[in-house]
Amino acid sequence: MSSYLDDNEIKELEKTANDIRQTIIKMLVEAGSGHTAGPLGMADIFTAFYFHLLRHDPKNPLWEERDRLILSNGHITPVRYAAMAHAGYFSLEEAMTLRKFGSRLQGHPERERLLGVETTSGPLGLGLGQAAGIAYGARMDNKRFRVYCLMSDAEQAAGNVWESAMFTANNKLSSLTAIIDRNNIQINGMTEQVMPLEPLRAKWEAFNWHVIEVDGHNIREFVNAVEEAKAIYEKPTVIIAHTIPGKGIKEIEFDYRWHGIPPKSDEAKKFLSELRTLQGKIKSEHQ
Amino acid sequence: MLRPEAKLNQNIFDVKTVAQVPTRDGFGKGLVEAGEKDSRVVVLCADLAESTRAHWFKEKFPNRYIEIGVAEQNLATIASGLANYGKIPFITSYAVFSPGRNNEQIRTTISLNNVPVKIAGAHAGISVGPDGATHQALEDMALMRVQPNMTVIYPCDAEEARKATFTAAFTDGPVYLRFAREKTPVMTSAQTPFVIGKALTMWESKNPQAALIACGPLVYNALVAARELEIQGIGTMVINNHTIKPLDREAILAAATKTGAIVTVEEHQIAGGLGSAIAELLVKEYPVPMEFIGVKDRFGQSGEPAELLKEYGMDVPAIIAAVKKAITRKR
Repeated sequence: MSSYLDDNEIKELEKTANDIRQTIIKMLVEAGSGHTAGPLGMADIFTAFYFHLLRHDPKNPLWEERDRLILSNGHITPVRYAAMAHAGYFSLEEAMTLRKFGSRLQGHPERERLLGVETTSGPLGLGLGQAAGIAYGARMDNKRFRVYCLMSDAEQAAGNVWESAMFTANNKLSSLTAIIDRNNIQINGMTEQVMPLEPLRAKWEAFNWHVIEVDGHNIREFVNAVEEAKAIYEKPTVIIAHTIPGKGIKEIEFDYRWHGIPPKSDEAKKFLSELRTLQGKIKSEHQ
Repeated sequence: MLRPEAKLNQNIFDVKTVAQVPTRDGFGKGLVEAGEKDSRVVVLCADLAESTRAHWFKEKFPNRYIEIGVAEQNLATIASGLANYGKIPFITSYAVFSPGRNNEQIRTTISLNNVPVKIAGAHAGISVGPDGATHQALEDMALMRVQPNMTVIYPCDAEEARKATFTAAFTDGPVYLRFAREKTPVMTSAQTPFVIGKALTMWESKNPQAALIACGPLVYNALVAARELEIQGIGTMVINNHTIKPLDREAILAAATKTGAIVTVEEHQIAGGLGSAIAELLVKEYPVPMEFIGVKDRFGQSGEPAELLKEYGMDVPAIIAAVKKAITRKR
């Protein structure tokens, strides 16, 4: 099956991404705490994964041959939960239990509570190593599934990331594709002010990874990058996805203060109406 | 006297003939045996293959040996992924680094994730000797026993280490295994029972007035102390409490009830280790006078193992004194 997309398919996915953004806003208002900017910024990529790229079965989350999607920066889990709910892992109603006592949808995801999230995550820097361990074990057994690891950009300051980058490249684990959400914000401000990451591409190249940079809101470009990664056998690939934090809601885009807070209910009303007006028309700046 | 049911080697008090083998050798053997039984067993190493004895597994199963380099945080996260996929990974390093340096990685990706990674902490305790304080892990059991889902085992000799390693491989969930560098007497035999969570009474005098509850190679010092005390007319029990978590509540409560005085013996900080665990149990269920043999809130230093055990109050005379003090406090 070719993974490439025609224009109608792209439109469908963009519509789904908008639905997911609306669900994220509703979940966060209901929860009363949580992260807004990151989840909105990654809505297009999660849509690409759950509605096109992943080989998975929402009704059988432990299917052995499934692709593994490891979310290292667990704080953006609302976007994953929303995507999973829309994909049929659980109901939209359950999505609204985010961060509530007794919910399977913990503030940061837990593998033992919710099948399908693959790993417990939140503390940064730990996802890539786990993804590499899964990819290594799978290769020992000649399994064919792919492993994806999503990381944040600020997370790149954590030493464990680079230990895992060395291991993955040294073992040529080409079934693993890492994705960095390059949205330039973190809790204390802009990444280049808190602890500069640039030249980020050169760092990953120096660690012997194949590097692709894409517009993280252009679903076609992102899907093509993932397809390119599948064709690279001699090294693992990292996709640096340039995204806009808060994407889809003009008022909060690029504003680092929205990293770790949820919208209040009056704000949410405004945001939801903005999203409904846009429907499938949230475009990357470069389309 | 030595308890026959423990099936200990009969020559253990004969310093000339008792076998002296480091517990890490038992670990190396147990790993190979586990690897022979199950191809899911893999071993990860952070640049310490020979001193942890992981190299025996490497020689036998090169395709199941994974080199990580000097990166203990990654050691934990890679193993978590392997276990999540379906392997049974053992991670090997010095205890100061694993579970020391990588403690949060173990907490999040192994214990909370609840995947069956087996953590082997080598060179634990002050008897590491000349390497000095940086390499003498004295807090590792405390770090591991406060993590839910984690089992903590500290074998008393090389034979028990072999059994513990093999058994850990086929036990659900994460396990921490603690090993020592130096050669120490082999007390147990192939016939000695070993069950995770079941303490083993090794010595019992006729009318025991105190119970020594020990773990690791210092179990030997506890036995030597018990024999000396018996000669002096003071009866005791010696319990090899190899599993620090989960504790064998029944055995410990029975010993407290029977003797009315407890002395714990461990090569670890008193804070947070075996003694703490037993005190937490007894203070609630059956309070009796307790004395603690272990390191008293100090770092170690360079020296020969025997010198250090004396300086830090873990040698046989210190144990004997602690038993007498505990018995006195009963009155």
